[in-house]
Amino acid sequence: MPVTIQLEAPCLTAILDGEIDHHCARDLREEIDQAILDYEPHQLRLDFEKVTFMDSSGIGLIMGRCQQMQARSGNVIIQNPPPHIRRVMRLSGMERIASIEITNI
Amino acid sequence: MHTTNQMKIVFPGISVNERTARSLVAAFLVQLDPTVEELADIRTAVSEAVTNSIVHGYRYQKGDVELHIKILEDREVYIRIKDRGCGIPDVEKAMEPLYTTAKEEERAGLGFAVMQSFMDKLQVRSKLEQGTTVIMRKKLRKSV
Repeated sequence: MPVTIQLEAPCLTAILDGEIDHHCARDLREEIDQAILDYEPHQLRLDFEKVTFMDSSGIGLIMGRCQQMQARSGNVIIQNPPPHIRRVMRLSGMERIASIEITNI
Repeated sequence: MHTTNQMKIVFPGISVNERTARSLVAAFLVQLDPTVEELADIRTAVSEAVTNSIVHGYRYQKGDVELHIKILEDREVYIRIKDRGCGIPDVEKAMEPLYTTAKEEERAGLGFAVMQSFMDKLQVRSKLEQGTTVIMRKKLRKSV
């Protein structure tokens, strides 16, 4: 699962691509957290447009990043999650913690 | 119940096989021509069950995971995922949404909730030191 990090200060975008599961979650977490440390953004945008699969490991990943950002008074935006991934998110009640933004309609 | 087709796979409980398992299940189900949503539901549920076996059943120790998928009458899909890991002390507790024993790994505690909500039926049998078996069923829509 490749992730592309883009910085447009004070906003950091992580563009996720492919399948998110437990197997790849740790690498993703480390890469995104390193970027948060390096750039100290006020906002983290997780771009889900190209994500083709996500199970509850992805929920753990998002929740963890929300905590990271909250700890530095920042926030997390989840961008363009495909319908099925949205269902997994809904199940977790995560939509109360992170905002979801659809820009690709 | 009459089984029209089935497949059994045994694979080592290593995390790369989470994807292997859900992909094989998806490939096997092509014969039923499922909807995109049905397929996504089943792939997600399988991924959760296999991940549980690896993370909790075997706790990263060596051990095999058995996956048995059957197509029953009326387009019903039966999936059994079995490990011979440590077992679950309290299945009811483990099935509570948001309950997890692996917080430090950022496990959300939603595995069983996902299986329950994406499949029609979920059955969990577990014995300490013997392992856990998850059985899930889902009836696919009638093909047009």
